[in-house]
Amino acid sequence: MSHLTKKLFISVMGACAILAYADTKLGPYEPVTDARLINPEAKNWLMYRGNYEGWGYSPLEKINAGNVKKLDLAWSFSTGVTEGHQSPPIVNNGYMYVTTPNGQVIALNAITGEELWRYKKEIPADLLMLHNTNRGVALYGDKVYVATVDSHLIALDAKTGKVVWDSTVGDVKALSYITLAPLAAKGKILVGSSGGETGVRGFVAAFDAASGKEAWRTFMTAAPGEPGGDTWPGDTHKNGGASVWITGTYDPSTNIAYWGTGNPAPWPTEGRPGDNLYSTSVVALDLDTGKIKGHHQYHQNDAWDWDEVSAPVLIDTEINGRKVKGAVHAGRNGYLWMLDRQASGKIDYVNGIPYVYNDVFKSIDKKTGRPTYDKSKTPGMGKAVTFCPSLWGGKDWPPEAWSPKTKLFYIPANNNLCSELPAADPVTYKKGDLYIGYPIEGVLGSLRYQDDKKPDSIGELQAWDLNTGKMAWSHKYDRAIWAPLLTTGGNLLFTGGTNDRIFRAFNATNGEVLWQYSMPSGVTAVPSSFEVNGEQYIAVQAGWGIDAERMQSGINALNNTKTAVPQGGTVMVFKLEK
Amino acid sequence: MLLVDANAEADFKPLRPSDLALGKPLLVFPFDVKAGAPKNETRANKLVVIRLPEDQMEATTRGRSAGGVLAYSALCTHQACDVKTWIAKEKVLVCFCHASKFDLLDGAKVVDGPASRPLPGFSLKLEGEFLAITPSSPANQSS
Repeated sequence: MSHLTKKLFISVMGACAILAYADTKLGPYEPVTDARLINPEAKNWLMYRGNYEGWGYSPLEKINAGNVKKLDLAWSFSTGVTEGHQSPPIVNNGYMYVTTPNGQVIALNAITGEELWRYKKEIPADLLMLHNTNRGVALYGDKVYVATVDSHLIALDAKTGKVVWDSTVGDVKALSYITLAPLAAKGKILVGSSGGETGVRGFVAAFDAASGKEAWRTFMTAAPGEPGGDTWPGDTHKNGGASVWITGTYDPSTNIAYWGTGNPAPWPTEGRPGDNLYSTSVVALDLDTGKIKGHHQYHQNDAWDWDEVSAPVLIDTEINGRKVKGAVHAGRNGYLWMLDRQASGKIDYVNGIPYVYNDVFKSIDKKTGRPTYDKSKTPGMGKAVTFCPSLWGGKDWPPEAWSPKTKLFYIPANNNLCSELPAADPVTYKKGDLYIGYPIEGVLGSLRYQDDKKPDSIGELQAWDLNTGKMAWSHKYDRAIWAPLLTTGGNLLFTGGTNDRIFRAFNATNGEVLWQYSMPSGVTAVPSSFEVNGEQYIAVQAGWGIDAERMQSGINALNNTKTAVPQGGTVMVFKLEK
Repeated sequence: MLLVDANAEADFKPLRPSDLALGKPLLVFPFDVKAGAPKNETRANKLVVIRLPEDQMEATTRGRSAGGVLAYSALCTHQACDVKTWIAKEKVLVCFCHASKFDLLDGAKVVDGPASRPLPGFSLKLEGEFLAITPSSPANQSS
């Protein structure tokens, strides 16, 4: 190489390096406006499920069923935190935000994985944490919002991570806590409360995005004199649960947010005869005022710990040949519920189909969707009862997904699992203590196989045609799944959820497994997809724990095994190899 | 320092070994005799006490007992939930939240579950007929 050629070569290489560096540098932070949230750009993942409707769908298609075999790790980042990581990487033009258990927020360069800043919530040393997980941030304006396990809502500067405001949401001494990702809309940040097992009266509350001042709070158990107040005897609504621990969905055209609610407290029904509104329901709230505009209760007077907290996925589609503004929910009670949402907020029943084995419901009213129960399958005082599905339901919190391309609705289900609860214990409410009503060892050891026989499969990834009410395909696993879903415009469905730590890509049309990757820990977090500099990425956190670990402990007891899934959070980001 | 039932709200009665049924754990707080009140300003002060057969206790653990009663921190070393359920069949104390199991007969060693550290143990003595934790507690922390 001549001297001149060498000089030229060095100059070209230098220019390439500068260009490569420039490719990894992030531009100014683009504020997140209402317009952007209503019509999120395909290249970004601006909220918990990617859009207000809760689809879990990315329109990006550069990574697709044809090339996904070439998907490889772009970068990974250890959070340094153990326990269940469940939050999606939320991305705004290359700025990525993840949360970890105990309320940490980590901002990363989505191209390189470089840490930009980290916020660590100081958690009280003596805080009892039933679920110390966190399901992600909300973005609004130039701020990042996180709600924490000690019941605070905190606004951080998106560029620096500095605290802008910190508002107390619930009474931590009463073990009110928050695990959901906030919902941001129209200048408000909305959160809901956890604490159904500690007698916290569930609520949704809205805070001013700029100041942190509380705008409204709506309780999810109706008080005497309110509509539904006659469904609780005496003061039982005051500690009646109906928690809200998963982010709501939102219809900007009607200004209504839809929230799922948890079980009534305590678990045995003897002290609270009645429907116990609005537990185990979807509740439609006016975003500006918090006024309840409508509701649908999936099942009344719950006795099975079947929280129905996943907000319905809002899908305008045909159901039974009729165009509806759908609200679709795969219930913990094992039924796939299809509802019709009216502009007024009223919610009408359309269809309910069992997607896993349920031996509790004897019938479903064709007009209202109200189930009748087999009393022998209702646990309570003076009797041990086995029922299916288990306490964790046909599907717990992991979110479903909807693809407008395949027109299929995807459910991460667990089948063939039941629970046996012993006779209930009398329980009185005591602030700051558990309020469940069953002997603890009975709850811990409640998991059973259907008919006491080890089944061939437990986890089922199901794809449903909502119009015909028929299952299009299912992928069966020989183990349980805790599998939040992501579907993409590339005809793909991504999920983890298994104790073998595998993260998989499926053909969204037929369920064929197209790609898989062995992760550092089990994946029970929500995956997301984004694009920077023309390159599409798939992102998810590994980090096993919480209820997936508890269910594994129950399965270990049934199988006489000692399966333990390694813990530790890692952000894993994939792109196509060149 | 004497101990009182953590659930008592008034009429605090210091605890005797005979107040505890064999294998029935009780949550307690240290009792400030001068103030006439339990030291319950934080859950971190909560202890679990349990009467168990002395002949089944490992020697060091037995050395910390008084009247057949053992005392440990009631906050699970995993996520600080109350640990208060004795499973007689397995001879372990189990945490409701995440099912960590502790062998109280042997220094509250972790037998199962996500916890990685034993429950801090406290040495007990008898002050007259009453149970008291000694000033040197906690006892199973190595320096």
